[in-house]
Amino acid sequence: MPGDAGPPIVEARGLSLVYQAADKPVFALSEVDLAIHKGDFISLIGPSGCGKTTLLRVIADLERPTSGAITVEGMTPEQARLKRLYGYVFQAPALYPWRTVERNVMLPLEIMGVPKAERQARAADQLANVGLTGFEKKFPWQLSGGMQQRVSIARALALQPDLLLMDEPFGALDEITRDHLNLQLTQLWRRTGKTCVFVTHSIAEAVFLSTRIVVMSPRPGRILDIIDCDALPRERTLDIRESPEFAAIAHRVREGLKEGHSYDD
Amino acid sequence: MSGNPYQTSPYRTSLRTAADWGLVTLALLTAAALTQPIGIKDGAILSWTADPIALLFLVGSAFSVVGGRTAPTPAKGAWVELGGAAMAWLLPFHLLNEGVDLSRGWGLWLYLIVATVMLWRVLGVLSAVPGWRRSLLVPGLFGLGLLLGWEVLVRGFQIPSVLLPPPSAIAASLVKHAPVLWDDFRQTVLTSVVRGYVMGCGAGFAMAILADRVPFLARGLLPLGNLASAVPVIGIAPIMVMWFGFDWQSKAAVIVVMTFFPMLVNTLAGLQTSERIQMDLMRSYAAGYGTTLVKLRLPNALPFLFNGLKINSTLALIGAIVAEFFGTPVVGMGFRISTEVARMNLDIVWATIVVAAVTGSVFYGGLALLERATTAWHPSMRRR
Repeated sequence: MPGDAGPPIVEARGLSLVYQAADKPVFALSEVDLAIHKGDFISLIGPSGCGKTTLLRVIADLERPTSGAITVEGMTPEQARLKRLYGYVFQAPALYPWRTVERNVMLPLEIMGVPKAERQARAADQLANVGLTGFEKKFPWQLSGGMQQRVSIARALALQPDLLLMDEPFGALDEITRDHLNLQLTQLWRRTGKTCVFVTHSIAEAVFLSTRIVVMSPRPGRILDIIDCDALPRERTLDIRESPEFAAIAHRVREGLKEGHSYDD
Repeated sequence: MSGNPYQTSPYRTSLRTAADWGLVTLALLTAAALTQPIGIKDGAILSWTADPIALLFLVGSAFSVVGGRTAPTPAKGAWVELGGAAMAWLLPFHLLNEGVDLSRGWGLWLYLIVATVMLWRVLGVLSAVPGWRRSLLVPGLFGLGLLLGWEVLVRGFQIPSVLLPPPSAIAASLVKHAPVLWDDFRQTVLTSVVRGYVMGCGAGFAMAILADRVPFLARGLLPLGNLASAVPVIGIAPIMVMWFGFDWQSKAAVIVVMTFFPMLVNTLAGLQTSERIQMDLMRSYAAGYGTTLVKLRLPNALPFLFNGLKINSTLALIGAIVAEFFGTPVVGMGFRISTEVARMNLDIVWATIVVAAVTGSVFYGGLALLERATTAWHPSMRRR
C-alpha cells in the first residue's frame, strides 16, 4: 500500500458518538476503528444517516465523540484544529459574499496573521491550482456553482494543510461538472501528495478518487467494509471507469451498501 | 400600416384604438369648458372670449395634443403634450394676477382637469423610457405637478392661509425667516439629534454585543424592548425634561430611550443570521470570538444594522421635536412650532415643517446610500 510508513495521520479506536434525541438516543457513530495514512485518499460512503459526515466532523473537532479515542497527527483533534493542521471543504461553498474570490481565499491566512504580500502570493497559487486564475476580483455570486466550490477548495488549500477533509463537496453539482472536478481533484491530490478524507454518496466518485473506500451503514453508524483500490493505477483518468477492475470494486462497494441497508425504515 | 393587427401602434391615431376615445373625451371636456365662465372679475362673469390670452392658452394646449399625437415617437410627442399641460397650469396664475376670482370659474377648472389627464399620459409615456427620464424627470414632474395643484387650488378657492398656505408663501417664509430657522436647526438637529442618535444607537449596538455573549441579558432585555417601543414619547418627554433640564441633554435622553431598543433588537437579529456552515468554517480556522465577530458576523449583520439606523433616524427627529414642546431654551424646531402656532404665525410653522421633512429625508437617504455602498453584495441590493 502506498505511503503507509510511519504513524497514521488519523487513528480512531472504538469511536462512538451518541446524540440524545427527544425520544431515544441516536447512535451516530458506533465503535468505529479506522487508520488513515499519509498520502491516502479515503472515501467514506454510505446512505444518509450513516455517520460519514459525523466522522469527518469528529476528525475536524467540529463534534466531540462520546467515547473512544481519536488522534490527528498524533494529537487530539482540538489541538490539531488549533494548530490549523487540516483544511475543510463543506457541502456548500460557504464563501463570504462581501469578499472577492481572492479575499475569500485569503480569509484563513488573514486569521492566521500571514503578511499581506504572502497572502496574495498564496491565494494566486491556489487559485491557479484549481484553474481559476483571472477570477480574483469577481464576487462569488458572479461564479457558477462548480467554480464557487473550486474557490472553497482553493481556500482550504491556502492553509497548506497536509490533511484535506471534504464533505460531499460536489454533491450539489451536475454530473458533467462533477466529472470534471473529480479529475482536477485527483490530479491535485497526486501532485501535492496530501492526505484526503472524502465523504460521498456516489459509488463511481468514491471508486474513481480513492485509494481506500470505507463503506458505512446507518443505525447505528458503523463501518461495514474497507476496500483497497490497489487494483487501479494511482494515476486516474476518466477512462479507468470503463475497466473491469473499476467495475469489480464498484460491485463490492454496492454489495457492502446493500448489506447494511434495510428498506423497512 | 402593418398587416399584423397586434402590431398596430397604440400611439398612432386611428379610429379603432382605445387612445382615440381618450382623445374624444378630452375634446368633449374642453368643449364643455368653453361654455363655462373662467372666473369673476369686478363682480362680472368672465367668459373665455372676454380674455384673449386665456383663449390663446386653450388653443395652444389643443394644438399640443394634435402635435403630440402626430409626433414621430411617443417620447417626442410627450414633450409637446407636456408643454400643453404646462400652459394650462400657468393660465390660473395669469388670471390671478389680473385680480380674477377663480372660485366659480368652472370652465377653467374643467380645462385644468383636461391638462391633468394630459400630464398623466405624459408621465405614463416617459416612465416607460429607461434612464434619467424615468429615474429623475418623472418623479420631478410629479412633485412639481402636486405643488402647482396645491398652489392653484389654495389661491383659486381663497383658502385662508391659517388653514393651508400656498407653497409660494411657505417658500417666501423659508427665505424671510432663514436666520431663525437656521438657529432652530442647529439646536434641534446638529446638537440634540446628532448627540442623542449617536448615544442611543451606540448604546444599543454595544448592549447587543454584550447580550450576544451573555445570553440571559438578551432574554431579559428583549421583552423590555417590546415594552419600551410601546411607551409614548409624549409621556416620557416631560419626565426627561424634569430629569435633565431644558437644554439638549433632555432631548438626547428622549432620543436614547426611543432609539436604544430598535438598535439592540436589530443588531441581535443581525448577529443571528450567520449560517451554521460559516460558523463551522471559522471554527475550523481556530478563529476566536472577536475574529468571528469582525470577519463574519458583523458583515452578515450589516443589512440589519442599517435597518435599525434608518428606523432610528426618523425616530430621533420626532423625539427631539416632541421633547422640545415640553421645555427648551427659546430656540429649537419643536419650540418654534409650539409657540408660533399659538401666535397664529402659521407660515413659519409650515417653514419649520419643511425643514424637518427635508432633514429627515436627507438623513434617511444618506443612510440608504451608505447602505447601498457597503452591502452591495447582499442579494437584496444586487443589480438584476
